[in-house]
Amino acid sequence: MEKQEKINAAVIHIVLIAAAFIMVVPFLWMVLTAFKTSTEATSVNPFVILPSSWRFDSFVDVWNNYNFLILYKNTLLMIFFRVLCAVVTASMAGFAFGRLNFPGKKFLFSLVLIQMMVPTQIFIIPQYLMMSNMNMLNTMFALVFPGMVTAFGTMLLKTAFAGLPKDLDEAAAIDGCNCFQRFLLVLAPLTRSAMVSLGIFTAVFAFKDLMWPMMVCPDSNTTTLSAALAKLQGQFATNYPNLMAAALLACLPMLVLYVIFQKQFVEGIATSGGKL
Amino acid sequence: MSQKKKLTPAQKNEMFWGWLFVAPTIIGLVVLNFYPIFNTIWQSLCKTGDFGLGNTFVGLKNYSEVLGSGEFWQSLVNTFKYAIIEVPFSVAIALVLAVLLNRKMRGRSVYRTIFFMPMVAAPAAVAMVWRWLYNQQYGLLNHVFGKQAAWISDPNIAWISIGVIGVWSILGYNMVLLIGGLQEIPHDYYEAASIDGATGIRQFFTITVPLLSPTLFFIIQTRIIGALQQFDFIYMVMDKSNPAMDSVQTIVPLFYEYAFTYGNKGYGGAIVILLLIVTLILTVILQKTEKMWVYHG
Repeated sequence: MEKQEKINAAVIHIVLIAAAFIMVVPFLWMVLTAFKTSTEATSVNPFVILPSSWRFDSFVDVWNNYNFLILYKNTLLMIFFRVLCAVVTASMAGFAFGRLNFPGKKFLFSLVLIQMMVPTQIFIIPQYLMMSNMNMLNTMFALVFPGMVTAFGTMLLKTAFAGLPKDLDEAAAIDGCNCFQRFLLVLAPLTRSAMVSLGIFTAVFAFKDLMWPMMVCPDSNTTTLSAALAKLQGQFATNYPNLMAAALLACLPMLVLYVIFQKQFVEGIATSGGKL
Repeated sequence: MSQKKKLTPAQKNEMFWGWLFVAPTIIGLVVLNFYPIFNTIWQSLCKTGDFGLGNTFVGLKNYSEVLGSGEFWQSLVNTFKYAIIEVPFSVAIALVLAVLLNRKMRGRSVYRTIFFMPMVAAPAAVAMVWRWLYNQQYGLLNHVFGKQAAWISDPNIAWISIGVIGVWSILGYNMVLLIGGLQEIPHDYYEAASIDGATGIRQFFTITVPLLSPTLFFIIQTRIIGALQQFDFIYMVMDKSNPAMDSVQTIVPLFYEYAFTYGNKGYGGAIVILLLIVTLILTVILQKTEKMWVYHG
């Protein structure tokens, strides 16, 4: 019995290691290619797996051709403003929907639910036209614009606020808190984990978004990392080490954060419950 | 609350704060989402003038053009072809991994971290990497398999190759949701089954699958709807000149091409409204047939 269990455990590990290896190969190949010369990357006979030396030429090349510093800055600012807007507006609305009674509450909340059922592409033409008519193309405001409020976040925070014990409201009332103080000082701090989830979720999906930044910020200096990759792919068509170096530069910050805060990342993204 | 009753000051106060607190979100939703829904519908009924100006109402003309074009139906078929690769495979593999990981074992969090990793990579970068792996002359895949396959330019296999990128990207996410579902199944059930002599495989099909079916159904439903909206991989991997484009192009890239590359917002709007209709039909079918798939105690 004991022996059987050990064999089982070994078989499971072998299966998992094989699966993990397959999952890692694309990342690994990206890194290895980024350090190769073009000749090494396209050598077939012999096929080169490891670069002969670890050179950063490709990174320097893409860094000089595309202003990655600006791309990082744009992406970071877009994430910052989107997370800020999402967390602030969703906590406020979540508090009101989860804790307060007011006329029209059901109807207004149904707007939140309907928004979540509609494919986001429906919104994108008018959103683009609004930006274009306001002469806001190629601005930070345009990058943040569709993420200023969040139906999904409102729903998430509503659940969090509704789940807090009722006594807290009474205690707050006895202490003479008005509604705003009750929200800010008593209840909101207790929904911190939902806010962190929403923040991470918002950040990751803002970072991954391709279509919107590509449309509203076509200039290399105003766009985000994702959208810049699309342009860059056209420019470096067959310079594979450059392409992989750029892809790696774009993904690295998020991957590092993920490895450090993996528990929060997995929870934050998984709470989306499928609405990607 | 009855409207005839006069509101007490406390209720009035609550009403004031309630409206104030939902105001930013509701105004935002109206401007960013609800006005656009109606605007898209309106534009889909118009002929788009030059520079998006001077729209003229043409009724259902855009729709009849879209529905009369082979291109639209082909991309609808392609969208389902993509979903048929992405959804079943990503869920099935994720289920196996979740069952294997749902136990006390060494390295559990390392495995989870690795399987989930594609979720935090930019799809644009992921697509570039896979395009390089698929490269016919120098790609890793052809080297490993000793082939000369045209993974992304042979119309017979390109749609599968794109689907594989989708599977690789999403399976860790499905796995995490499934592990969550597995942890809610009481351990006693497995012990009782073991005493009755049920093997691991038998337990999997008689306990795990039925009790996990609500989670599975939910994941499959959201993944199908997500797959219908696939854009990034096709846009990044498939060049316009790619001979396999016709057999891979899905709805959203088609929409993007018309609405933004050609600037025909009316035609693009019609495509995306049809996508909404397809999504709603699928959602209704899935909800109506939920009882067939999901085990309810």
